Amino acid sequence: MKKSLSSTLNRYWAWVLLLFLVAPALIAIPVSLTPKRFLSMPKGEYSLQHFQKLFTSEEWISSFWQSTVIGLTAAAFATALGTLCAIGLWRVASKRGEVVRAFLLLPLVVPPIISAMAFYRLMVPLGLIDTYAGLILAHTVLAAPLVLITVSASLAGFDPRLEQASRNLGASNWTTMRRVILPSIRPGVLAGAIFAFIASWDEIVVTLFLSKFAVYTLPRRMWNGIRENTDPTVAAAAVVLIAITLVFFIIQALNARRSRNTASGET
Amino acid sequence: MNGSKLRRIGTGWLLVLPFLALVLALFIGPIINILWLSVTDPEPGLGNYAALVTSDNLAGILWTTIRICVITTVFSVVFGYSIAYAMVHVAQGSRNRMLSLLLVSFWISVLVRTFSWLMLLGRKGLVNESLVNIGIITQPIEFMRNELGVLIGMVHYMIPYAVLPLLASMQNIDTRVLSASRSLGATGPQTFWRVYLPLTKPGLVAAALLVFILSLGFYVTPAILGGGKVLMVAEYISVQILVTLRWGTAAMLAALMLFGVLALLFVMSRFMKLSAVFGGAKA
Repeated sequence: MKKSLSSTLNRYWAWVLLLFLVAPALIAIPVSLTPKRFLSMPKGEYSLQHFQKLFTSEEWISSFWQSTVIGLTAAAFATALGTLCAIGLWRVASKRGEVVRAFLLLPLVVPPIISAMAFYRLMVPLGLIDTYAGLILAHTVLAAPLVLITVSASLAGFDPRLEQASRNLGASNWTTMRRVILPSIRPGVLAGAIFAFIASWDEIVVTLFLSKFAVYTLPRRMWNGIRENTDPTVAAAAVVLIAITLVFFIIQALNARRSRNTASGET
Repeated sequence: MNGSKLRRIGTGWLLVLPFLALVLALFIGPIINILWLSVTDPEPGLGNYAALVTSDNLAGILWTTIRICVITTVFSVVFGYSIAYAMVHVAQGSRNRMLSLLLVSFWISVLVRTFSWLMLLGRKGLVNESLVNIGIITQPIEFMRNELGVLIGMVHYMIPYAVLPLLASMQNIDTRVLSASRSLGATGPQTFWRVYLPLTKPGLVAAALLVFILSLGFYVTPAILGGGKVLMVAEYISVQILVTLRWGTAAMLAALMLFGVLALLFVMSRFMKLSAVFGGAKA
């Protein structure tokens, strides 16, 4: 079909919109280089002092490690639970199974503020407020559905006869799982693990309710910095976060490409 | 054969069980507790819900929330349609570049993005300074601490969510139908408005509902860009819990929001397989 004028114009417009989506985040870069002690655009002079402050500040470094520990632990739990669950539902393959699946995706669609309330109400009497355990449990529940989705998508491209063949050849249930099923759904598991980590690493609303002093994750510190709206260290932190996001994005893009090349095209 | 199939299903449920138990214990249980609170705290009855009619304050917050969500949805879907349409009509290379931009914006932390808007839209932000320097305006425009700022931040956040279902639905269109329309004498615009647009209706409905659902519970951007001046339900709930400790009111609003979201999801599932919407979401 010949390209019409309106479709050409729309293409330019779409590029403008896409740049509008990405470009605003870049303003963190100049702001983080300001030589002033308050949030401002640098005028001619640049300084790395805010990065220096970020990397030497005990508070920011401790938040960074807390987020990393919580993110990795929650992602590990979520990946294990989500993967098992996806394999289970794939085996069950029934209407009832699909109802359960929809039910298990609820943590993704329930507004975060409601999840935050629910977790808060649950964890106050249990003494889990302001603890690693509380945040890890909450983030596991919120992140595991993402793993369920990515692994289920991988399983959709997996031939169940392979599993049967493995069983017929005498492999145990466990061996079949480890040697036949898991290797072929690895891209889905990896993608799920990455999404789960990012979901926890970025999570703020539930964290606002469940953390106070002892546990102070990176998003929590960012939130405070943004609220106070003075210290340019926040801008430096934003730049670091963007860089980390890009690294994970590239890992996942490579992962998706590899799985497209090897498997039947399901990601 | 039948026995082994049953065993297969049995072990299947066994694998589902750990996560199912966790969700029931840590998520569904506490949510039911919240619903229960909405009719029992501070006293049993429908008093909390009655406040919806009697309190101007509550009605105002609900109205603000719905108005902002509707406007956000309209802009996000219209802009998202443009992007999705361009994406299915460009060469593979451009499409990959467009998809990368879309996904990168999807991945950047909502806090980082909100912070950026703060830097751009403030009284001394980049946008106002530039406009003053060029001489278009003399007084800085008030973008922040009002609905305009909240809307800009929200639309910016929601556009990618609108694009994904639209993209899924546009990719399913059989292009021969369009050729048929053209060869039967319809002009380009006629083909678009009378054939293409109706064919993408499921995607449009799914995109609109998805954005609306996500907007309803959106907390971060309205709280920061609204600066306390634009109070939406999610922020109001958090104030009730963390500051004024009125759990009954908070629970009532949460219940309303939850039932609203579930009802909209149900409608959405009539138009599009939810797995298609969420499955495409981050992959």
